[in-house]
Amino acid sequence: MKPIYMDNNATTACDPAVVEAMLPFFTEQFGNASSIHSFGAQVGKALKTARGQVQSVLGAAHDSEVVFTSCGTESDSTAILSALKAYPERRTIITTVVEHPAILTLCEHLEKDGYVVQRLRVDKKGRIDLDEYKSLLDDRVAIVSAMWANNETGTLFPVEDMAELAHAKGILFHTDAVQAVGKLPIDLKSTKIDMLSLSGHKLHAPKGIGVLYVRRNTRFRPLLRGGHQERGRRAGTENSASIVGLGVACDLAQQHMEAENTTVKRLRDKLERGILAKVKNAFVNGDRLLRLPNTASIAFEYVEGEGILLLLNKLGIAASSGSACTSGSLEPSHVMRAMGIPYTAAHGTIRFSLSRYNTEEEVDRVIAAVPPIIAQLRKLSPYWEGDGPVTNPEQAFAPAYA
Amino acid sequence: MWDYSEKVREHFFNPRNSGPLADANGTGDVGSIKCGDALRLMLKVNPDSEVIEDAHFQTFGCGSAIASSSALTEIIKGKTLDDALKVSNQDIADYLDGLPPEKMHCSVMGREALQAAVANYRGEVWSDDHEEGDLVCKCFAIDAVMIEETIRGNSLKTMEDVTNYTKAGGGCSACHEKIEDILVAVNGRLYSNEPKAKKAPKESPVKPQLTNYQRIRKIEDTLEALRPMLQRDHGDVTLVEVDGKKIYVALTGACQGCQMESATLGGIQHKLVEALGELVQVLPVGAMAHN
Ligand SMILES: Cc1ncc(COP(=O)(O)O)c(C=O)c1O
Ligand code: FES
Repeated sequence: MKPIYMDNNATTACDPAVVEAMLPFFTEQFGNASSIHSFGAQVGKALKTARGQVQSVLGAAHDSEVVFTSCGTESDSTAILSALKAYPERRTIITTVVEHPAILTLCEHLEKDGYVVQRLRVDKKGRIDLDEYKSLLDDRVAIVSAMWANNETGTLFPVEDMAELAHAKGILFHTDAVQAVGKLPIDLKSTKIDMLSLSGHKLHAPKGIGVLYVRRNTRFRPLLRGGHQERGRRAGTENSASIVGLGVACDLAQQHMEAENTTVKRLRDKLERGILAKVKNAFVNGDRLLRLPNTASIAFEYVEGEGILLLLNKLGIAASSGSACTSGSLEPSHVMRAMGIPYTAAHGTIRFSLSRYNTEEEVDRVIAAVPPIIAQLRKLSPYWEGDGPVTNPEQAFAPAYA
Repeated sequence: MWDYSEKVREHFFNPRNSGPLADANGTGDVGSIKCGDALRLMLKVNPDSEVIEDAHFQTFGCGSAIASSSALTEIIKGKTLDDALKVSNQDIADYLDGLPPEKMHCSVMGREALQAAVANYRGEVWSDDHEEGDLVCKCFAIDAVMIEETIRGNSLKTMEDVTNYTKAGGGCSACHEKIEDILVAVNGRLYSNEPKAKKAPKESPVKPQLTNYQRIRKIEDTLEALRPMLQRDHGDVTLVEVDGKKIYVALTGACQGCQMESATLGGIQHKLVEALGELVQVLPVGAMAHN
């Protein structure tokens, strides 16, 4: 049976049109965009087209606000380190507890160098408290960095409002929009967002290409210095094939924006409803009213996620887990912990993230596959007995060194 | 994503002896819900012979936790309690044709569940001395708590010391930043290797020359001291030949041919250089044939 891919928040398949547009840049269009001769000039033109396509999907005022980087992580690092260099007297960074490691690990590292990191907490639906945020905005803050959409739950932060508030206090605002671009309509020119990160491989472009949007007149200090590429804001010969691919992917994303928020959303909702109707002791994580149209994060109580993934994988279904044991760390994901999801549910969280390639038939297959898998694992679980949890699960099974 | 052996997969997909055991007379509950791995082991022990007649498990945990639990029940069935207690976590991992370093704690949990269940059967109270930190060195599956305790217990100062005592950092070296952070946390600063290296040449001329016999004895004593560390990983070392500055050893068991063989030899060489006060080269027996 054809495998089903529902892990699009991890990465997406390159659209065939993207691949086709890229191929000539590995062969006859190999020139260096900086060269005077015709080999270079044609590549230069293609980069300009791509820059315009990215500008368009972001609703940016100028194409020169688009800086190509090597990935979302590089864009995130560049934004934060630039702000700290540009405002050396400001030593505080405001971010949130649920950011991607691309932000959180960097911030932890900066703390060792004496910077102060304020991490906004979230409630059990993954929402921040705007009053707490406002109270932290002062002239010691170099930059605020908050993600537009959470990669694990899809929950959206009110980044446009947050940017207004930061702007009013003269503070730079950056958003990691890696999960939002291509899934939500974005119009940066009507916002006060100063910097934004995106990553190609989340919207059907290749891996290893990213963008940092830098609003005109934002104080900026490059991470990589060298040649004059990207107007000196990111040195290094351009990855022309991937940039061209990203441009095409941005075009396609705009064409499919409507479908993403209707068709894909309907399939996601059907998947959630279908599974929850058949599996008890399960619930949806995150803010159901304000989230990405493609993401379903479902907690299955009293089982551990990796087992679910292995059994799904055996049926050709690819999803991912909210527990991080698969990545070698034993704690459940920091996002689940931040929302206060109990351990017995956080470890059993599965993320299904859809794309425009998923079909109704695939959703039906997943709805049919999940309930027996959960039942099978619950049979092994010390918290489960017959067809329900044991009474007082926490007391009935209280292992040593719990 | 999953670097599991066929055996692990097979035990996960078809776990043996799962579910409650009605007439169990020894039960051990261990693990940590926080860490997402917890296990209940149930034993049916024959009171006269102390033979484990049946063993069942229930596990909340990842694929390898379930596979390790299943393997454990298979290994211990039919054994006496005393024999069963000799089963090490490495035995469980070996039974499954190995576990990825991130997952070795699953086999540790199995062994602890066994100790707890036996204690429960015997009416004793089992207390764990379990403490596990974040995995720091993936090459050798060494966690932060182990590194920190070893640094404190032996007043270790340098990255090299940590590698010599725990093996952590002796492979790909990607974990050195994390280990240096732990060293700084314990010692308040980072010591480099240089001061020691400078002293060494000054000392050596005054050192009395060892006789050949004394020298070989010294080599043997040093290897003897290293043996427990190797055996912990199911390996061993024997001295084969001493040819001037070249010392040939045979690594056996888990050490032999393992990807870390050269790191192990490096560690042995370091100790021998220290003990003998001269520069020597430690080589595997295989290298002898080529000369
Ligand atoms: C929210 C978020 N930020 C950053 C990244 C990192 O992007 P990249 O893999 O391109 O470095 C990801 C994806 O893994 C993400 O989901
Ligand atoms: S991870 Fe420690 S040496 Fe490779």
